[in-house]
Amino acid sequence: MSAKINFIIDGQQCQSEEGKFLVDAAKDNGVYIPTLCNYEGLKPKGSCRICTVKINGRFTTACTSPVHDGMNIENNTAELNEMRKQIIELLFVSGNHFCPACEKSGDCELQALAYRYKMMAPRFPFAFPQKEIDASHPKIIKEQNRCILCKRCIRGIKDEDGKSYFAYQYRGKDSLVVVDRKLAAEMTMEKAQEAMDICPVGSIIVREKGWEIPIGERKYDNAPIGSDIENK
Amino acid sequence: MKTSISDIIDRYGNDPSRLMDILLDIQEEIGYIPEEINQKIADQLGISKAELVETISFYHFFSNKPLGKYHVYLNNSVTAEMMGREKVKQTFEEEAGIKFGNVSGDGLIGLYDTSCIGMCDQEPAAIINGVIFKDLTPFRIKEMVKYMRQGMPVNEMCRQNYGDGNNSSDLVQAVVSNNIRLKGTVVWDQYSPGEGLQKAIAMKPAEVIEEIKKSNLRGRGGAGFPTGLKWEFCTKAMETERYIFCNADEGEPGTFKDRVILTELPRLVFEGMAIAAYAVGAKSGVLYIRYEYKYLRKHLENALEELRKENLLGKDIAGRKGFDFDIRIQYGAGAYVCGEESALIESAEGKRGEPRDRPPFPVDKGYKEKPTIVNNVETLAKVTKIMKKGSEWFLSLGTKESAGTKLMSISGDCRYPGVYEIEWGHSIYDILEMVGAEEVQAVQVGGPSGTLIGPNQLPRHLGYEDLGTGGALIIFHESRDLLKEVVMNYTEFFIEESCGSCSTCRNIPVLLKDKLQKILDGHGVVQDIDDLLDWSKPLKISRCGLGHTAANPIVTSIQNFRHLYEKRVLRDREFETGFNLADSVRESCEAAGRPANI
Repeated sequence: MSAKINFIIDGQQCQSEEGKFLVDAAKDNGVYIPTLCNYEGLKPKGSCRICTVKINGRFTTACTSPVHDGMNIENNTAELNEMRKQIIELLFVSGNHFCPACEKSGDCELQALAYRYKMMAPRFPFAFPQKEIDASHPKIIKEQNRCILCKRCIRGIKDEDGKSYFAYQYRGKDSLVVVDRKLAAEMTMEKAQEAMDICPVGSIIVREKGWEIPIGERKYDNAPIGSDIENK
Repeated sequence: MKTSISDIIDRYGNDPSRLMDILLDIQEEIGYIPEEINQKIADQLGISKAELVETISFYHFFSNKPLGKYHVYLNNSVTAEMMGREKVKQTFEEEAGIKFGNVSGDGLIGLYDTSCIGMCDQEPAAIINGVIFKDLTPFRIKEMVKYMRQGMPVNEMCRQNYGDGNNSSDLVQAVVSNNIRLKGTVVWDQYSPGEGLQKAIAMKPAEVIEEIKKSNLRGRGGAGFPTGLKWEFCTKAMETERYIFCNADEGEPGTFKDRVILTELPRLVFEGMAIAAYAVGAKSGVLYIRYEYKYLRKHLENALEELRKENLLGKDIAGRKGFDFDIRIQYGAGAYVCGEESALIESAEGKRGEPRDRPPFPVDKGYKEKPTIVNNVETLAKVTKIMKKGSEWFLSLGTKESAGTKLMSISGDCRYPGVYEIEWGHSIYDILEMVGAEEVQAVQVGGPSGTLIGPNQLPRHLGYEDLGTGGALIIFHESRDLLKEVVMNYTEFFIEESCGSCSTCRNIPVLLKDKLQKILDGHGVVQDIDDLLDWSKPLKISRCGLGHTAANPIVTSIQNFRHLYEKRVLRDREFETGFNLADSVRESCEAAGRPANI
């Protein structure tokens, strides 16, 4: 067990183990730092940038930064929250997110963050991109309209040899998360469910399965995202 | 097919971390990387096909379709446009009978755009089947397309003399010009191989680092991080297996000085790597060089071979027992972002060139998770000279805060474009006079990721304390349309070159481009200028320098040339959608194939 260290978030004294990732260290102290691409148990990637905080005055992603003694962190500030809201809006306008028709509505982290950061209409124009639904695999559907390219599935869903079922293709604005045809053909139902659960939005959907929890009773339907951390 | 695919993969020990080399060799062998063989490659390397495609699809020069027997990559940088690229492009399209981005029906000619190829002082330039062509004109294009139809080998199409210096050596044979306009006292001063290294090994490694620290040498790629400090950090890492990387991925549009150093003085650079290796105890080094400079390959391999023969590389270097170090050359495949040090390392490991999150820094965990130093070509060249002549001498050059000299790549509207080695501290004004630039409207200092400055800022001087730069200076005459010709081109460059990892850098430049286009089309309002500034803000929380600077063309041009934007926006209204009914009707009538009745 590493030694306890002290750090400050928005003026609040916090304690944690040396070297723990800041997102988790903050969580232990009842401070919510929003995340989207981060997922418990996976190597952090820092690609959505929403967990950006200021550590000793410098912008850094909290999911990839180990906490050290004496760090002074800004988290819940107008500047950062405005940029977080902009990121959420960016993700909405760059895809085709129609919440009322989405299987993940209520369980979707993007939707929940949009509520938390009080997004009304995005300031950016909708791109309405032409995206495909890849329904060519036996167990899952990859709904590209909703993908926010967080790479959780790429990092988390692997076969017993460590090969990835999902991969990142192209670059820049054309980037796309694709499915390996050969591996997906042998995907088990459990793996498919794992993939659907790891996806923060509704981009990976298990085939031939309805939903168990009705809309209105889902994860973020009654309490905002992050409130479980703050109310602890 | 001469070599089978599995032989190629075998050549690299079935090692997925050598994927770049494997793919480059396959493309060389077949001309492209057919989709049908992806599964085979993936299986032999023990990765999924999707993972393989991750890498292939990332790089501009890898193709899954035949590129054409003659594949033309025409540079689309700002200077190329200024020197007449549009006419060259049109002539190519007319003569070949196809649009850019396509291959002719008979598979003979493929036409492609490409980001800056490091020839901004001799534009318009293109790479055709790996061979560089410069100073292109419609006349030359007509001739060349005719030769292509006759089946002439590409290297016979060069109807120019080979360039100066080593460009005309047997191992290079390129029409490329060095255009060295000013030989400074550091890089171009007398060089005799081994002198710097001999001095270094007479010292203790820690003393070498101390000497570099004392010299105040800072990274010449653009970021300006103190070189000695970087080396010192590396020695503090726990792991003792360490690597030295030379960053020759010179991709910043308008920069070409590293090409000239590697053409004329490759051994000076390799010697710098060996000195770094001695200082931090590294056994292996990698020269990561951009694909565009593939024509230098034999020349560089030869320089390495000579150094090995002279015992300046290899085992027990320069007679010093236990000092073993060697260098391999790693080519990229077309990605500006790989110039970022952690992306460069990812690429050298056979992956997509996506920057890593820091910490850990490469000096702690770099190539193969081992401590790694990444230094720019020019930095390493200077290391050798500092060892030879001492830090005092280096400090006597330049300014108090910026020691030594800087190689500048100067292009655009001036009489003498080329490479200048100058001491830090000169004003932009003096430089413009030297290079023969008149009636200057603006100067782009440092390429697209730098700053666009106007005439009132010409007294500013080059140096980390004022205008720090990786070395590009692009000059724009009064007659240029800065927003349309420069800012738009640079913004498109960042869109093309984003790795796509960060939500910010993947999306924001696209929105900025559309907004700028709206202003250029005459539909902008004042609010649009403010939106450009506001929307740029989240870019600064991107992971790497590309993202941080992707809005610089727009932001610095608004800062210094706001009047150009204000001149173009509508003053009589607060809101304008940019929608034009007549245009839309015309467009849909065209699509439906009937005359527009408006």
